Amino acid sequence: MHENKPIGDVMLSVDNISLSFGGVHALENISFNIREHEIRAIIGPNGAGKSSMLNVINGFYHPQEGTITYKGQTRKQMKPHEAARTGIARTFQNIALFKGMSTLDNIMTGRNTMMKKGVFWQALHLGPALNEELEHREFVENIIDFLEIEHIRKTPVGRLPYGLQKRVELGRALAAQPELLLLDEPMAGMNLEEKEDMCRFILDVNDEFGTTIALIEHDMGVVMDISDRVVVLDYGKKIGDGTPDEVRANQDVIDAYLGVSH
Amino acid sequence: MSPDFLFFLEIIVSGLMAGVMYSLVALGFVLIFKASGIFNFAQGVLCLFAALALYDFIAPGGWVDRWFGFTLPVWLGIIMTAGVMVIVAWLIERLVLRYLVNQAPIILFMATIGLAYVLEGMGDILFGSDVKPLDIGLPQGASDYMLDTFGLYVEKLEIVAAFVAAALVAVLAVFFQKTRIGRALRAVADDHQAALSVGISLRTIWVIVWSVAGIVAMVAGIMWGSKSGVQFSLSLIALKALPVLILGGFTSVPGAIIGGLIIGVGEKLAEIYVGPLFGGAIENWFAYMLALAFLLVRPQGLFGEKIIERV
Repeated sequence: MHENKPIGDVMLSVDNISLSFGGVHALENISFNIREHEIRAIIGPNGAGKSSMLNVINGFYHPQEGTITYKGQTRKQMKPHEAARTGIARTFQNIALFKGMSTLDNIMTGRNTMMKKGVFWQALHLGPALNEELEHREFVENIIDFLEIEHIRKTPVGRLPYGLQKRVELGRALAAQPELLLLDEPMAGMNLEEKEDMCRFILDVNDEFGTTIALIEHDMGVVMDISDRVVVLDYGKKIGDGTPDEVRANQDVIDAYLGVSH
Repeated sequence: MSPDFLFFLEIIVSGLMAGVMYSLVALGFVLIFKASGIFNFAQGVLCLFAALALYDFIAPGGWVDRWFGFTLPVWLGIIMTAGVMVIVAWLIERLVLRYLVNQAPIILFMATIGLAYVLEGMGDILFGSDVKPLDIGLPQGASDYMLDTFGLYVEKLEIVAAFVAAALVAVLAVFFQKTRIGRALRAVADDHQAALSVGISLRTIWVIVWSVAGIVAMVAGIMWGSKSGVQFSLSLIALKALPVLILGGFTSVPGAIIGGLIIGVGEKLAEIYVGPLFGGAIENWFAYMLALAFLLVRPQGLFGEKIIERV
């Protein structure tokens, strides 16, 4: 499906990134890039540094070494809210939703960076601020339709089952109309049906909006099916990078996954 | 109406009115607690600080009068004071909160205790410590209308306070529920990390929360200052807000209002009808007893969010 979107130039490249916490080297000298409109998977066994990599890209972690070049701008580190403002949105492995707020409100927070009217108008809830609110509300309703979650619009997300929470979190990320969408294990803990739904949404997002997606996933079947290119990490080092077929044939990757006697 | 019943009614009304004054103070606490999970010990001092600042803008003998030889009109003084509260909020974020991101609530609470003392000291140095009458032209004395029509003695000032509180609650409710910034405030309270990921800047939000709390403190400070003069005991009304919050729930704006009313009425009734049994003056501690009893039965308060933790 998504093949008909031409994969473009390099959008984000990370070069020689090293990150350590005290004596633990989470990432060592990692370089790879993400191209426009592609679905890029980051895989690896537990503790390989996949989530750390994502956290570096959106600025939660600041690497000791290396640079990040995003849309032509090279920097040593990102700040999370700046990353959000420049078009990077993400979801979390352990779901980080605002539990007391409704589905609608949660997704509305995703529009945060796009709503500009000042505190003064906001406080009065009048004039420009009100129009702005309605405009964004419409956009959010479209996302809710797209993700097929109309029925839980007003439900506080803390009460929703896990699979639906994951979907709401995706909705919040989409509300920001991101150019780069980071998904941290979007299918973890889901049953087969929920996984298929999520796969379909990811492909549709990539296809219909042309959003570039970087995702971390454990389910090999899923990864190989939907991604254009795959980077493989193991113990903080990059051991493979290429198309799903190339990665599947890579001896280091096979060893890392199946274990090998040294 | 029999005199006894009229007397009873008068106690209720005066209790309600006193309750409104407590609610005004409690509101400031709720705002900061809702948005950042901090119990802000410095809220009472913020009230005092705002009232002192306003006094010096508008009163003869205040700073502006002494330096420039004229006093500001009341409306301008209030706007200027609001400005001062925003600056104070900005300073609090810049000098205190910024270094305490992701710390346990108890640490932030301790920081606000320190803040209370710093602000109190600063108020003392900047404005002096004598009692100052604050007159912003609010009506004083008993309401003739209430007295003639119902035979009830009600302070005009307290009626004004009731309207001010109602307006404040309406504005705050809309602000929290319906606007982007209100949503961002609730988001930050819920999950720092997720809030950052959708592009909410914690620093900006904190400045906004503390500014709003500062402005609410200003309103409370003005009302209390008009009632009993601007003096340092004003910072102690914070302690009176505590039972109000326990009753109403720390996270609920309507709760702060209802809690305040219950405490106000309860206090007066207890003083009149139960007081004689204890030799009087139980008004001072009755609120705390009530709060204690409430904690045993319903720790989250009447309207607070129930927090269930798996152990």
